[in-house]
Amino acid sequence: MSEEIVTSDPSVLRLEAQTDEGAQEMHPVQRELVLTGGLWPDESETTIVNMGPQHPSTHGVLRVMLELDGETVLRVKPVVGYLHTGMEKTAEELTYVQGATNVTRMDYVSPLSNELVWSMAVERLLDVEVPERAVWMRMLLVELNRMASHLLFQATNGMDIGALSMMIYGWREREEVLRLIEMFTGLRMNNNFIRPGGTAADLPDGWEAATLEVCDIVERGVRDYSELLNQNPIWMERLIGVGVITTEQAIGLSVTGPILRSTGFPWDLRKAAPYLAYDEVDFDVVYTQNGDCYDRFLIRLNEIHESVKIVRQCVERMPPGDYRLQDAKITPPPRARIDESMEALIHHFKLFTEGFKVPAGETYVAIESPRGEIGCYLVSDGTGKPARMHIRGPSFYNLQSAGPMAEGSLIADAVAIISSVDPILGEVDR
Amino acid sequence: MADDPTPNDTAREAIHNPEAAPVPDVPADEVAAAVLERFPGTVFHDSHGQPVVYVERASWHDVAEFLRDDQQFTQCVDVTVVDHLHDSTRLAVAGVAPERFEVVANFLSHPRNRRIRVIGQVAPSQTTIASITDLYPGVDFAEREAYDLLGVTFEGHPDLTRILLPDDWEGHPLRKDDFPARVPVTFKEDPGPR
Repeated sequence: MSEEIVTSDPSVLRLEAQTDEGAQEMHPVQRELVLTGGLWPDESETTIVNMGPQHPSTHGVLRVMLELDGETVLRVKPVVGYLHTGMEKTAEELTYVQGATNVTRMDYVSPLSNELVWSMAVERLLDVEVPERAVWMRMLLVELNRMASHLLFQATNGMDIGALSMMIYGWREREEVLRLIEMFTGLRMNNNFIRPGGTAADLPDGWEAATLEVCDIVERGVRDYSELLNQNPIWMERLIGVGVITTEQAIGLSVTGPILRSTGFPWDLRKAAPYLAYDEVDFDVVYTQNGDCYDRFLIRLNEIHESVKIVRQCVERMPPGDYRLQDAKITPPPRARIDESMEALIHHFKLFTEGFKVPAGETYVAIESPRGEIGCYLVSDGTGKPARMHIRGPSFYNLQSAGPMAEGSLIADAVAIISSVDPILGEVDR
Repeated sequence: MADDPTPNDTAREAIHNPEAAPVPDVPADEVAAAVLERFPGTVFHDSHGQPVVYVERASWHDVAEFLRDDQQFTQCVDVTVVDHLHDSTRLAVAGVAPERFEVVANFLSHPRNRRIRVIGQVAPSQTTIASITDLYPGVDFAEREAYDLLGVTFEGHPDLTRILLPDDWEGHPLRKDDFPARVPVTFKEDPGPR
């Protein structure tokens, strides 16, 4: 073989080396491949690669089977279930008072959304309305949680794409929000604060100033992220036009949330079917037209701004009054009453040992979690424990879109696509 | 309060005395009314303000097709199954013959911004129902989950395998007679484990 051909075209080099008689001994790589079951596949064969379940870019324990042709992804199959702990079965053994502790552990990045949907389902079966202050407190907490969740997305998305500073910044701002949630609820995560009948406690002293301070920190952070990433050529090169999905595909695949909104379809349950007091506050639904990874990043970034807007309005307009329903059959009596009233003591004891009974019935309640529509299908048979509790996890359904989005893309883009779905495996596997 | 017959009691009474069952009126929900007109044998129920239709198992796929093609229900939000083995006090709906399993599908129409819930009854002797993955591809995972955890087979599903549990798992843990975490314990001087 002549030197010119070898240096000018690498593909010719490979071809020449294989046909060369002495190449067999010179290529230890070829012998290694024989050990793993044959030579490297030619054009008619493909490779199956397992990504996960311990891969850092799979957000926990997602395992993805990729069928590759060279570096091109032909098929994607998400394999889930590594975190399955039977939480729906557990729910059948817990009373309605205890149920919130269970659902809050499903989507551990936005636990308050889970508690809210559970509480709203129980309240609908009970046919009770919570006081206005509880409604606004719930809205405040859920929006703070949305901020924390989207900030975490900015961190993990940055890490998956390779913007490692972004990981530090995202976690830093999220921690500020979680510190505020800890001040309100006592816990950073798995709060068990929104309960059937209202919330567990009232807002602490000085909550307004602390909330506004966190709002400023988050807004400053989001502004920094925008300056860092929005026009960054590497970032744009990595994300624009990657993992494109159309509105029809997204709706057909039961996809909700930011992925659906990135396709130019402004569907948000906070506007479409307002719950809590979302019809009384001023905010916009963020949506974009292209349906690619960059748009999904932009939507989540700008939704933080909208959440800050809602939180500021909550601080301004938080109504006075009771933070929970004063119905001794559903919520515990105030601590001071237990010392002086026999009935209060009995109610307290009954509530925390047996819970309360819910009339036979079934209902489905859906709200907009940071990841999309989270629903709770609750069936009661009239006893103190649910007959069936099913959570429609948005991540579970959204994960189905990862396959169609990644088909035909490069393997490096598959990582960006899975990251842009933002799956939380605790909720996928339940 | 305990002595007064609740609406649930009245409905349960109606199941045992079909002659006494009240003739269901035309439901207030227009979609449910259309489904009732198209599919005789369907029962409408107003569940806390949400429209629910109880359909026959044989017409499960046809109802989904009708909702998608004629009623603009663009998305099937969720499919799940409920096991009513021990629920002697379960919700009774007049005109519906209750079976052990209930397959529940929630549909959402984006253009009309409304929802409807479709429930089918499945007997334990034949736990199969038609899959609607050909109409709504998004229920793929949901039907696999329902099969995995409750053992209801969806006919026509392209890949009905276990999704959350390992492939070699035995049983369907969300069934009321399946005890996945049960450990047999032998007490002293007991004839056998219990």
